[in-house]
Amino acid sequence: MPLKVKILKGEFRDSVVLMRISNRIKALDGVEESAVLMATDLNKQYLKEVGLYTPEIDAAGPNDLVIAVKGVNIDEALSAAMEALAGMREEAEAYYPTLSSALEEFKANLAVISVPGEYASMVAEEALSRGLNVFLFSSGVPVEEEVRLKRLAQERGLLLMGPDCGTAILDGYAIGFGNKVPRGDIGIVSAAGTGLQEVSTLIALMGGGISQAYGTGGRDLHEEVGGITMAQCIKLLAEDPQTKAIVLISKPPSKAALEKIVKETQRTSKPVIACFIGAKNVGDRIIYVETLEGAAIKALEAVGSGRVELLGLNREEYESLARLEYEKLSPGQRYIRGLYSGGTLAHEAIYLMEKHGFKVYSNIHPDTDYRLDNPWESKEHTIIDMGTEDFVLGRPHPMIDPTLRTRRIVQEASDSSVAVILLDVILGYGAHPDPAGEIARAVAEARKKAEAEKRYLAFVAHVCGTQQDPQNLDEQVRKLEKEGVIVMPSNVQAVKMSMLIARKGGIGGE
Amino acid sequence: MGRLKIVNIGLEWFYHELKRQGAEVVHVKWRPPAGGDKEIIELLRRIKTAGLR
Repeated sequence: MPLKVKILKGEFRDSVVLMRISNRIKALDGVEESAVLMATDLNKQYLKEVGLYTPEIDAAGPNDLVIAVKGVNIDEALSAAMEALAGMREEAEAYYPTLSSALEEFKANLAVISVPGEYASMVAEEALSRGLNVFLFSSGVPVEEEVRLKRLAQERGLLLMGPDCGTAILDGYAIGFGNKVPRGDIGIVSAAGTGLQEVSTLIALMGGGISQAYGTGGRDLHEEVGGITMAQCIKLLAEDPQTKAIVLISKPPSKAALEKIVKETQRTSKPVIACFIGAKNVGDRIIYVETLEGAAIKALEAVGSGRVELLGLNREEYESLARLEYEKLSPGQRYIRGLYSGGTLAHEAIYLMEKHGFKVYSNIHPDTDYRLDNPWESKEHTIIDMGTEDFVLGRPHPMIDPTLRTRRIVQEASDSSVAVILLDVILGYGAHPDPAGEIARAVAEARKKAEAEKRYLAFVAHVCGTQQDPQNLDEQVRKLEKEGVIVMPSNVQAVKMSMLIARKGGIGGE
Repeated sequence: MGRLKIVNIGLEWFYHELKRQGAEVVHVKWRPPAGGDKEIIELLRRIKTAGLR
């Protein structure tokens, strides 16, 4: 099969833009394999693996763009790629070359930074020193750098959200990955991106709204950082007249961070609700909840609004729904395979399953005995966070690019011990334009594979989103239900439904 | 923070998503300094840090 490569020297484009072009080319007739990417070492390796490498790529570097096409219709594909790039170039004429040139004409107060990790602290420091608050999406910043930058921000009366901060909702605008939720009186501070998305969308679903939602980055409550940003954000929400209740979300905090947070909460009379998944003792000042769903419900109770009954089914409905599924399974089908794009939701799933006596393997398990040696292969009950470095090096996050997850869905279907495939589908700004559509196609393929071996497979999903999101919650749910996926209104309920099916009724406890 | 005015540095995707929401936002087309040459970047960083001391 003919292969043609074009190299554009000095044409730097980010990975998401390139993925959009790449997808367009792949869809053309007569294209067998193609890639549009920057010639980084990692991408060169990838080109070799998929048979798109030619010797001329040797001399290309990380600022050079490579278009590689294999197939019978290469010239048309190459010109389509060039055309797409040209269109984007025109748009890009309004872009600024540097931060300082942008600030000469535009008085910004927030920098959203998503440069590669090795440059992130340099760019963040520049923004802070110019008086900007920072939302730092980039990951890979050493923890001592994080502490230094956060102290610098604090000294200047600024916020540094991040590094590795996925979500915030400021003045109603979703920054990074975030949902369109109504403005309201509940404030959120979260060290966990999808945790913030889940709580804010569940609040919206039950009729409540969000004043401000800040992200802190995943390490803010670690010993070394000590909750610097979370404490700052609590203070901001305490002083904000729109905010009537404050929700805190994180994995279990370190002792030092918890002390700092509790101290900060004691300065306000507003109710504070905390979901520190897996944590036990958080003191009397804070209303403690176990789950993200619980946090949304308690927050609405605290402000005296919203309708909790909008969330979900009664017990009988649950059980009959589960029965319809497990009656179709064969006795050897026992295991749950959770394939998550949201890390916090994956953590919540592990926590809930273990609480109900399930032994769970995962690539993010806090206990190394249950950590998967190979994240690409499941074992018994498995929960995978597909947003970890194993899966996102050199390619966009699974919330943007569903390819690896859809492949994994099909892969799990060939394991005869699998009973349930559990999924999250995350909507909102930043996310894929039609994630449920992509997942639904994979579900259909997986089912076909299982059926060929005379097996039924249960699919359970939760769609994290709102009606106002660009993808529209109802439409996305419909696409999944059309393929026979059981869609639950929260992650907690999706996990419980999966456990009911896998245990063939009765999960104990509740 | 005052009325939100955003400068996006890095992924163009986030700029488009903010624009789509009607946010006030501009984009900086960021490139790795020194053409991504790690040795030169490290050198620049050291010079800068020395200057700050």
